[in-house]
Amino acid sequence: MHTLKIKRFSWPAFKDHFGNFIFIVPALAIFSVFYIYPFFEIFNLSLYEWNGITPYREFIGFANFGELMQDKVWWASIWHAAFITLIALTFQNALAFALALACDRQIRMKKFYRVIFFIPPILSEIVVGLVWQWLLYAGMQDGQHIGLFNYFLNKIGLPHLVHNWLSDPQTALTCIAVVHSWKGFGWGFLLLLAGLQTIDQQLYEAAKVDGAGPWNVLVHITIPMLLPVIVVVMILTILGSMQVFVLILSMVGQGLVYHTEVPVTRILSSMTRTNQFGYACAQGVVFGMILVAASYVLRQISNRMKQE
Amino acid sequence: MWDPYKTKNSLKSIVIHAFLTAVALTCLFPLLWMIRSALMSNETIFADQSLIPAEFKISNFYYAWTEGNFGGYFLNSVIYTTSVVLGIVVVASLAAYAFSRLEFPGKNFFFYLFFGAMLIPLPGSFVPLYVLMNKLGLVNTRIGYILCMINVGLSVSIILLKVFFDKMPPDLENVARIDGCSKIGVWWHVALPLARPAIAVVVIYNSLNVWNEYILATLLLNDKSLMPLQRGLMVFQGTHSVDYPLLMAGLTITAAPIILVYLLMQKHIIKGLSEGAVVGETAFLKSH
Repeated sequence: MHTLKIKRFSWPAFKDHFGNFIFIVPALAIFSVFYIYPFFEIFNLSLYEWNGITPYREFIGFANFGELMQDKVWWASIWHAAFITLIALTFQNALAFALALACDRQIRMKKFYRVIFFIPPILSEIVVGLVWQWLLYAGMQDGQHIGLFNYFLNKIGLPHLVHNWLSDPQTALTCIAVVHSWKGFGWGFLLLLAGLQTIDQQLYEAAKVDGAGPWNVLVHITIPMLLPVIVVVMILTILGSMQVFVLILSMVGQGLVYHTEVPVTRILSSMTRTNQFGYACAQGVVFGMILVAASYVLRQISNRMKQE
Repeated sequence: MWDPYKTKNSLKSIVIHAFLTAVALTCLFPLLWMIRSALMSNETIFADQSLIPAEFKISNFYYAWTEGNFGGYFLNSVIYTTSVVLGIVVVASLAAYAFSRLEFPGKNFFFYLFFGAMLIPLPGSFVPLYVLMNKLGLVNTRIGYILCMINVGLSVSIILLKVFFDKMPPDLENVARIDGCSKIGVWWHVALPLARPAIAVVVIYNSLNVWNEYILATLLLNDKSLMPLQRGLMVFQGTHSVDYPLLMAGLTITAAPIILVYLLMQKHIIKGLSEGAVVGETAFLKSH
């Protein structure tokens, strides 16, 4: 016979649970004020026209979103971020994979390489951006190029390649993407190398017995076994690269230029330059949804691949 | 170990080493160039392109530290990093301990609240955050910036610590409880010391995050005396746009502590950062 369990209120049990709950109160308090409240507030504010200063704000419904759809600079900025992400996904991750493969063997100085490759990732975007901006500096004095890169190009007999790398719309975004990759490849290298080292050596032995060449080993053993790690690296790369912006601020300066705008710099300038707080929030909401959709699709694909 | 890609061939081994060395040099060169530029004078930096300067102008560091105000920025960075990390360790380990060991209503709901925050990217959340801080009168205060930064590292730290507590056998804690230790006493005297490896990961991951943080420092701190290094660098660059030797000295002051600590304990740092970075993704992928 089933006995119906009725939870009777008991004072000791209540006291016990309440005492336990106290443990999460500090975390919950900070989290509610500084994460949950802004999370809902960004949706709320996106429906207003507001300069961020005056107490009065005008409710305008979805007008900010309508305006955003027409905003050519905004959609260009998304394309710019996508371009940086594309470079990071291909160039940066291919480099990371090649380096990880090169290090996944008994090789001298393996530890040394590992330590060095992880130096750029620990530096701040401000430091990286300002150092590279100096290397790519386009100024001249007494007919001499001051920036090392242009000086070097001139010296090795390629003076026609010398130019203003960071203000020329043709090259600025590519330079940013390359520096971003320089800063980031150490992550992929580290995660992929760790993944490679978990692959069962017996698989390689078996392949050797079967007479498989290096290419076959790579395509039929290494890559399939590494797939979960590759997916993690790809998701981290996409979410990280789409939201890059501090690097851009430090490389091309705070007076933002159209051809290096990305979504987060657009949000920032709606907020701090034109004082359109509602519009900035609408941009944040739309961009956040794009990112959530992108990572959802990636996770679905990775789950599908795992089942096969 | 059998080598899957055959490196017996010495030519191949040379090619591999050449490739690795070339990439390693590309990693190091910009930093060497930064230090070299920090040691030049305002005249030589525009004329001389040699890697090793003719004379070392070490006084640049002194001027950057004093007149460039990098001494003040440095102190602020130290204050923010230590207080935020300390705050995160206490707040996150309390919560993680409760999520792992204790019972209370709504436990799963609250846990997934923190977990979900890690999975949803929220670009532009600094806009409503700034509005809120303005309302609370916390703009341009140390405590405001510290609280915001504690929140930034909270979710990841709670998950990292909870995963560790889940794997840790509770025997010692039970003994302490039977001996009459309070729950909070068990957390402090037994659980925290045992969780030292996970706390190390939390400390490393968050220290680097706070030291390198820029955007909230920019929006929340306008007073020069409150700014940390990253913000100070951009202010310096904005006002002394041509004084490259001092800027490079400031950059060196900012990067040097990170690089030194990293070189001294790279094994722990690599572990700490990679665990911190993938905790969200791996936890999510494993849960499906």
